[in-house]
Amino acid sequence: MLKILKYSFFDLIRSRWSYVYLLFYLLLGFVLLFLNEDLSKAVITLMNVIIILVPLIGTIFGVMYYYDSKEFTELLLAQPVKRSSIFIGQYLGVSLSLVMSLVLGLGLPFVFYGLFESAAIWDFSLLLVTGSMLTFIFTALAFNIALYNENKIKGFSYAILMWLFLAVIYDGLFLMSLIVFETYPLDKFTLIATVFNPIDLSRILILLKLDIAALLGYTGAIFQKFFGTNVGLFLALGSLMIWILLPVLNIYRKAKKKDF
Amino acid sequence: MIFRLPTLFFLISFFYYGFNSANAQITVCDSCEFTSVKAGIKAAKPGDTVLIKAGLYKENSIIIDKPITLLGENLPTIDGEDKGDIIQVFADDVTIDGLKLINVGSSYTEDYAAIRVSRAKNFVIQNLELRKIFFGIYLEKAREGIVRNNNILGDAVSEHNSGNGIQLWYSKKIEITNNSIQKVRDGIYLEFADDCRITKNLSKDNLRYGLHFMFSNDDVYNDNVFENNGAGVAVMFSKRIHMKRNKFQYNWGTAAYGLLLKEINDAEIANNIFEENTTGINVEGSNRVNYTGNTFKNNGWAIKVKGACYNNEFINNNFLYNSFDVSYNARLNDNKFHQNFWSEYTGYDLDEDGFGDVPYRPVKLFSYIVNRTPETIILMRSLFVDIIDFSEKVSPVFTPDNLLDEAPLMKKYSW
Repeated sequence: MLKILKYSFFDLIRSRWSYVYLLFYLLLGFVLLFLNEDLSKAVITLMNVIIILVPLIGTIFGVMYYYDSKEFTELLLAQPVKRSSIFIGQYLGVSLSLVMSLVLGLGLPFVFYGLFESAAIWDFSLLLVTGSMLTFIFTALAFNIALYNENKIKGFSYAILMWLFLAVIYDGLFLMSLIVFETYPLDKFTLIATVFNPIDLSRILILLKLDIAALLGYTGAIFQKFFGTNVGLFLALGSLMIWILLPVLNIYRKAKKKDF
Repeated sequence: MIFRLPTLFFLISFFYYGFNSANAQITVCDSCEFTSVKAGIKAAKPGDTVLIKAGLYKENSIIIDKPITLLGENLPTIDGEDKGDIIQVFADDVTIDGLKLINVGSSYTEDYAAIRVSRAKNFVIQNLELRKIFFGIYLEKAREGIVRNNNILGDAVSEHNSGNGIQLWYSKKIEITNNSIQKVRDGIYLEFADDCRITKNLSKDNLRYGLHFMFSNDDVYNDNVFENNGAGVAVMFSKRIHMKRNKFQYNWGTAAYGLLLKEINDAEIANNIFEENTTGINVEGSNRVNYTGNTFKNNGWAIKVKGACYNNEFINNNFLYNSFDVSYNARLNDNKFHQNFWSEYTGYDLDEDGFGDVPYRPVKLFSYIVNRTPETIILMRSLFVDIIDFSEKVSPVFTPDNLLDEAPLMKKYSW
């Protein structure tokens, strides 16, 4: 598995797209900090980017890589290598290279602008951690979709649809249900509804860490009580971990049985 | 020349008293003739100065019932030993200067204060240091006095058993200036206090309000700083208030406001700075208020307009990087927004007259939704919310369609 991981990883690292991705983040980080030297403000702006862009890129890269390396995968399958290690190795290769681009791309400008002396370092590391987790989650989901769909076009559209659903449509439905049921006590519902969407979960996790929390009023107070403590933080990160584990286990399960 | 005896006697006594009142000074210290402040005051005649030398005096309920000056040298300390009021003033023309008053007793039935001025006028209270107090300076039915350069530091922990820094009750024409008030319940509290001037004070870290107005008309407060108070500043049920060049900052919490206006009519709010408050100004039932030249920076809500606000004008204000600029809970609008600067304005100025050619709509759809269902705030900064805000901006359906700034400034307004 490690060999395949290494292969996928270096294959991707040498590819143009990783560089483009890395350069994009580098540019974003530098431009943000150039325009606004306040690190904590830059963290807020970055949050908006990370919440939307990281899942999208994870999804597209995941699907793309799976379909692109399909022939190579079939070649590998003919060798005496465990199936699960082929797919998990590929998955880890893709997601790790994406995570590396993210961490390096955003980390370098911030370190350059004096992150280590700044109070924003914890917020920033939380941002990177959630960003990395989102990458893992969405790459895994993309691999799942690709494994289930032989047809490239279909796979792509499903993947994009999945991203669209979690990034936009879910919030729309969430908002609608909150307004429709406004006469009922909704705090438990909101809490549960956010846990079921990794994008929402990471958004709120970061929002609460930045001091916009007081804006959130009564609902915010409940969330603050839940996520604001260390227990809540680990619980939230734990549920993000579950979001990674479940799709990965499914890759494992599906890859074992799949007919090529 | 022949004087009749009574006249002569009168003249002599007049000179004697006149001479005496200009110069007489009674000194209080450990080794002096008078070793207690009370004894010193008892011996003083109207117009005298009671000079208190540095030292610790354990006294409370010191009553001043004649026009004298109580002057401290090198900040002597009067310790009230938690027994009630420390100094009570019942006479006109009293000056209290340069003392340190500590340990005012707290009570659930009486408002004990370090200094209580009752039914007096023309007093001056200055250069005091107040520590461990219940109420600090308590003025009841007092008139035409000055409270200045005092330093008040309380140790309030909870609202029900703490008092206010400077409290005015049925007092007129009082000048409160250059005081620093920290860690009490309300920094400055005014109830039925008219024609007062409150200037250049610092009110910080107080449990409830930095400044609290009730039923007080024609007051002016300028150049004050209100910082990190539990609920900011509250101005309620008052008319013709002028607020200029104040700073309202860091009042952050779920129920904190920079400035809370309730039932305020005909006020002028100009050139103030509201920075990093959960809500910059919360307005409720206030009419004919002019907001000009204020800066709202990094607040959660810059202005939250609740019901029944008519004929208010917002002109030449700067709205910078607030999460929500203006929030309305109704679809009716009778207030005017004109020539303000909005950091979120994306329009253009083709004719280069300094005003944007496209009107700006300060109320976002999302802020309208949040007003209706507070729980939805949890979706703040999500992509979906940005999308609906954008569509509402393009074609307003839910927000009041006449609520717009026809001529938004292209550059920050500066004064």
